[in-house]
Amino acid sequence: MVAHISLTVNGKQREADVEPRRLLVQLLREDFDLTGTHVGCDTSQCGACTVTVDGKAVKSCTMLAVQAEGATVTTIEGMAPADGLHLLQTAFWESHGLQCGFCTPGMIMAAADLLGRTADPTDDEIRHAIEGNFCRCTGYQNIVIAIRAAAAAMRAGGTLAAGTAGQGA
Amino acid sequence: MTIDMLGKRVKRVEDRRLITGEGRYVDDIKLQSMVYCAILRSPYAHANIRSIDTTAAKAMPGVLDVMTGADIPYNPLPMAWPAGGSAGIQNNVNTPRALATDSVKWTGEGVAAVIAETPELAQDALEAIIVDWEPLPTVVDAEKATQPGAPQLHENAPNNVVFEWSVGDKSGTGGAIDTAEVVVRQRIVNQRLIPNPMETRGDIGWYNPGTDEYTIWMSSQTPHIQRLLLAAFVMGIPEHRLRCISPDIGGAFGTKIFTYADYPIVLLASKRLGGRPVKWIESRRENYQSTIHGRDHITYLEIAGSKNGEISAIRVKTYANLGGRLSTIGPGIPTTLYARVLSGCYKIPNIYAEVVGVYTNTVFVDAYRGAGRPEATYVVERAMDLFAGEIGMDPAELRRRNFIPPDEFPYENPSGLGTASGGAKIYIDSGNYEPALDKALAMAGYAGMDKAKKEARSRGKYLGVGLSSYIEVCGVAPSKWIGAVGEGWGAAMWESANIKVHLTGKVVITVGTQPQGQGHETTYAQIIGHELGIPMDDIIVQHSDTQGTPFGYGSYGSRTSSVGSTAAIKAAGKIREKARRYAAHMLEASVEDIEVDGAEYRVKGSPDKKKTFQEIAFALDLAFDAPEGMEPYLDETAYYDTPNCTWPFGTHVAIVEVDEATGKVELVKYVAVDDVGNKINPMIVDGQLHGGIAQGVGQALWEGAVYGDDGQLLSGSMLDYALPRASWFPHLELDETVTPSPVNPIGVKGVGEAGAIASTAAVANAVNDALKPFGIRHLDMPLTPQTVWKAMQAAKGAQA
Repeated sequence: MVAHISLTVNGKQREADVEPRRLLVQLLREDFDLTGTHVGCDTSQCGACTVTVDGKAVKSCTMLAVQAEGATVTTIEGMAPADGLHLLQTAFWESHGLQCGFCTPGMIMAAADLLGRTADPTDDEIRHAIEGNFCRCTGYQNIVIAIRAAAAAMRAGGTLAAGTAGQGA
Repeated sequence: MTIDMLGKRVKRVEDRRLITGEGRYVDDIKLQSMVYCAILRSPYAHANIRSIDTTAAKAMPGVLDVMTGADIPYNPLPMAWPAGGSAGIQNNVNTPRALATDSVKWTGEGVAAVIAETPELAQDALEAIIVDWEPLPTVVDAEKATQPGAPQLHENAPNNVVFEWSVGDKSGTGGAIDTAEVVVRQRIVNQRLIPNPMETRGDIGWYNPGTDEYTIWMSSQTPHIQRLLLAAFVMGIPEHRLRCISPDIGGAFGTKIFTYADYPIVLLASKRLGGRPVKWIESRRENYQSTIHGRDHITYLEIAGSKNGEISAIRVKTYANLGGRLSTIGPGIPTTLYARVLSGCYKIPNIYAEVVGVYTNTVFVDAYRGAGRPEATYVVERAMDLFAGEIGMDPAELRRRNFIPPDEFPYENPSGLGTASGGAKIYIDSGNYEPALDKALAMAGYAGMDKAKKEARSRGKYLGVGLSSYIEVCGVAPSKWIGAVGEGWGAAMWESANIKVHLTGKVVITVGTQPQGQGHETTYAQIIGHELGIPMDDIIVQHSDTQGTPFGYGSYGSRTSSVGSTAAIKAAGKIREKARRYAAHMLEASVEDIEVDGAEYRVKGSPDKKKTFQEIAFALDLAFDAPEGMEPYLDETAYYDTPNCTWPFGTHVAIVEVDEATGKVELVKYVAVDDVGNKINPMIVDGQLHGGIAQGVGQALWEGAVYGDDGQLLSGSMLDYALPRASWFPHLELDETVTPSPVNPIGVKGVGEAGAIASTAAVANAVNDALKPFGIRHLDMPLTPQTVWKAMQAAKGAQA
């Protein structure tokens, strides 16, 4: 049995025929070639697959593709404007918030969710907001610093609406 | 004037692709006509295979091939580092086949492989394979496995012993312990860990029938070594017909050094299918079950000395669990890389260590971040605290009294590094340990700890402070030592670099080392920019493809910055020399009269007579006017074999609070003062320390691989294995002392493992310190709320 779905991904209307068991992350990575969203575990623990669905951070390994019917999905590829980088991307780069880079797209998407809700998070709030995202390289320290820096930049006039905003590096 | 970026906090070159989702990890690669592999793994930890029936699986739609061990003509995977090397130690070697044939030794050992049109169809077909198992008794504990009556894993290994190996002065150490005023004994467990890089392993094998050549894309730290081992020892194909490519690697921490069964499986599968590329991506559960684990030592420790704190001897007997079969360098980790650094940063005259390598029904154990050195540091740093407690001395003062004094470097330690090194001279090249200790104590507020403990008690908390003073053997290693001289792994350890200068003056540097997140594309560019006086933007760093990069031994053992960089500096020196000779020709001067200042090549005394690096590259490429005998083009390769290792050191201090009601340990402050010599990029150094510290803290407080007695991996997923999360850490406070290494031209030491080596002992010491009021002397890790609470209750019961 195959289901036909239509959804918005990174601002573009997309359609696909999917098996009911197909996961959103498989749809994104394998059918739409958006390989910036990663798979790091089998149990919804690691958060490497985090994207936003209708503005909320979602682990795309834990959502069926058919559940995304009609939804607006943003992946890491949809964060930067054509001529620059999203504030969070810039902050991760400036603060050395990544090493191997595998968790980074999911971290940035989870952080985007946080900063969409909280303009001036404390370090404690940041650390709790990324509880669902594992990083094995950084000890999280520079990730926290990066998210704090992005929040400050946003308050200073940047904007963080996923997929539309961002400041050039 | 170009800005020299060496030593600066430069943003990383590789990050743009990684923050935008444009990184390219193995699973991101899609090839034309690619098919997918899934591996059937044993549900039993120990069993004979009576038969395997693949008929139904082969008949399923979309299934292209099903292989069992009988279909794989290749040799077992190699084990390259027997304990003691060629020094006459009996190593009872058993290594895995690509797919097990007669029996399995751990849950997760591969027994069959399905190749299908999609990953889902391959996975579905695994369930249709029928294996007739004969389950056998199991043993998972290394000490128990050596005892009479334990289940036997291999015919050639009585009592499951892989090897019995020792270092040091047995009689001298025995005498020192027998005559000492104070002797402290403790059984110490260094629990098994699952390394957990965020990207699991995976590979794509492709056989090209048109050229009879194989290519493998692999999440590997060692593409060059894998080509050599796969070609020569596993598949029996000529080395030059195999190409190994490591794309972006999502972390490794040692796990991706080794030769794994899936490499020959995907290559053979592609050949059997006439050249369709075959992709295998490891699930996280498979990563837990069938990629190497780390640590897993049981150690009987004795430390002896005087009542005034002079340590005279350490003796250990360690049971090292190596798993059901041996991984590529498994035996080298608990021997050379552990027991030969057991004296740490202390001047301890007598050391004796016996190590028993043991087979158990668990997945193989091999190098995980630090590899032997965290285990050694944990033993000696717990020993120092236990001894200090016994004689009633401040642990910082005991350390200070026993440090190797700064005027005794180079220092040969008594664990036999120097004597075991064949032609190489292995000694601790430099150090100055006390300033790092003092700085760390000051940052931690060590002098005020008694007051802090009282204050914590008023809140229902027990505060503890723990120290860890460490050294690390970095920059492995001279080939004469680690090679075939009775100690090492039977291969060399040099590094390589090639530099090509294009006509426009843009530079490509190609290296034999292999990054997994360390930022080599940035640090090599910083170094070569400095050496050639050109902007980093004019340099690109290539790596990780055996076609087009010079042979290199890869990145592990914190070796790239000291060994790899030196090869690159040598190559840059050759480029500079040739450019200088050509500048002399262009400027009609003698070579001796050309002085080099950054990218400017000038005639001494005539500053107007000069050529830039770019002008020289341009002219030498076109070669219209090359002098007789000079080859055109700037293209130089250099190889470098280090004369010695490098020796970072430092002191870390952890402060914890234990909740009396729940046993929960909170890490409230963490201070690290590290001396890693000069730094190429301090920002990257800090990042390496953060990550290493977090992994070591993880071991102390939360992480542990747990097998049931039946060999089932109970901590078999990220749901069950306590991988640390962001909110579990405080902000880590770093500082430094700088003692440049005399071993290499830029005075660097390496930093990849330092954090993980130091931090475990600091945190464990802090928790044990916090529990002193309960009369608790030592608890084994991980120091989870359950462990701590039970110990507190038991102690209260005993006191009542």
